Amino acid sequence: MRPFVLLALAGIAAASIGVRGLVAAGANPVSYQLPDETAAFKPGPNLEAAQNNCTGCHSADYISTQPRGPRFKKDFWQAEVTKMIKLYGAPIEDADVPKIVDYLAATY
Amino acid sequence: MMNRRTMFQASAALLAGSVVGTPFAGLAAETVMPFENGERPIVKYPQKRPMIGLTSRPPQLETPFTVFNEGAITPNDAFFVRYHLAGIPLEIDPEKFSVEIKGKVDRPSSLSLADIKKMTAIELVAVNQCSGNSRGFFMPRVAGGQLGNGAMGNARWKGVPLKAVLDMAGVQAGARQVVFGGLDGPVSDTTPDFAKALDIDHARDGEVMLAYSMNGQDLPFLNGFPLRLVVPGYYGTYWVKHLNEINVVDEVFDGFWMKTAYRIPDNDCHCVEPGTAPKSTIPINRLNVRSFITNLADGDKIKAGMTALKGVAFDGGSGLKEVVVSIDGGENWQAAQFGEDLGKYSFREWSLQVRLAAGERELKVRATSNDGSTQPMQALWNPAGYMRNVVETVRVTAG
Repeated sequence: MRPFVLLALAGIAAASIGVRGLVAAGANPVSYQLPDETAAFKPGPNLEAAQNNCTGCHSADYISTQPRGPRFKKDFWQAEVTKMIKLYGAPIEDADVPKIVDYLAATY
Repeated sequence: MMNRRTMFQASAALLAGSVVGTPFAGLAAETVMPFENGERPIVKYPQKRPMIGLTSRPPQLETPFTVFNEGAITPNDAFFVRYHLAGIPLEIDPEKFSVEIKGKVDRPSSLSLADIKKMTAIELVAVNQCSGNSRGFFMPRVAGGQLGNGAMGNARWKGVPLKAVLDMAGVQAGARQVVFGGLDGPVSDTTPDFAKALDIDHARDGEVMLAYSMNGQDLPFLNGFPLRLVVPGYYGTYWVKHLNEINVVDEVFDGFWMKTAYRIPDNDCHCVEPGTAPKSTIPINRLNVRSFITNLADGDKIKAGMTALKGVAFDGGSGLKEVVVSIDGGENWQAAQFGEDLGKYSFREWSLQVRLAAGERELKVRATSNDGSTQPMQALWNPAGYMRNVVETVRVTAG
């Protein structure tokens, strides 16, 4: 058995360890460094409401990759926000819901 | 115009020259899935080659489709990644890691990784496919992870049968299901924790496995290191990662991820009229039969004359009876040759020499299982975008 440490301290041994980012170690925990999050919310009306309420649980690409077009406007986003609240327990205040829906429908 | 494949290769080449060993996401390289709003970054994660980035938190990575042309086994560094909840473990000590067996058992216990590795191991090759693989192709489109065809992979899994672990603990009379939990969880305590359940007989079939090895190596971190459930023939949602809890219950588990999510229409096709809702649903379960051409991509230009076609096929465990190929849009079909049989849960490679006359050619591939099921010519639809298995079409120009 080979306990590994995933080399989060990237640069150091990059040339020798290659893209796998792995280095053998003793009986240490294995740690993993996720890349920096680059997806961002697009600018739009009520951006803050979306940012404040959605970012806690998921990155912005969850939104930006959804289908686009006339069938994916207000009703679609209302259903998604409702799903987040009712099914996934998102703690979103009632007053923020229409703002988030408007932002999503206008921006995506 | 670049087709999907060349565009990806160009992206990957660009990437290879830029950064080595440093995890980063979404810089410069991009690919385009063949559906609307299909632009995706090519991302580099530790232990993974450049992958198609669907989401970054929690991470969801799709396998570039060209990987499936490399062979029947999907390399660990190309295997897709799917998490549901952003509370994922980022540090695990394999010496301290343990899995708890509890509930309706005579001897509740905790097994360390070392304990598990001392038990008699089994190995089998099995496809892990996301329930929503290919969701991006649903028409009309549906909400959810907009995946191409790369949320699947085939690996040789090694571990211990769940049956052996359950037998050690002594399952009590009246047990109905076994519930599985992993180290990953929600960031908010109001979000249902990820947990899946199997019926007790299924859990004790001797094939459902606690796997610690994948293609001869430790599991990649994002594929469930150091231990995951392997449920041969079943959709990936059951293959709980970072498995640390096995709970035998005397009821049908009613957690969110069984009772509400991952449900399919309760009918033979698991489908409904597009845009409508099913009357009743059941938990998603066994993979349906699929096949792909892997050595040609839509839009490719090839030389007229003899061409070797190849690809992979798989089903939920009855095994493949035949793979047939059409080079004329589905009018005529000819049987392909099978490659090596790696087991009934594995990808099965197929190949066929065909003569393509000059012009635009519509290639189709269709697999049939030993249980008689086959792929529909027209795509089936369900609201969650699960279980797509339409006969795939690749349009090429021979010249």
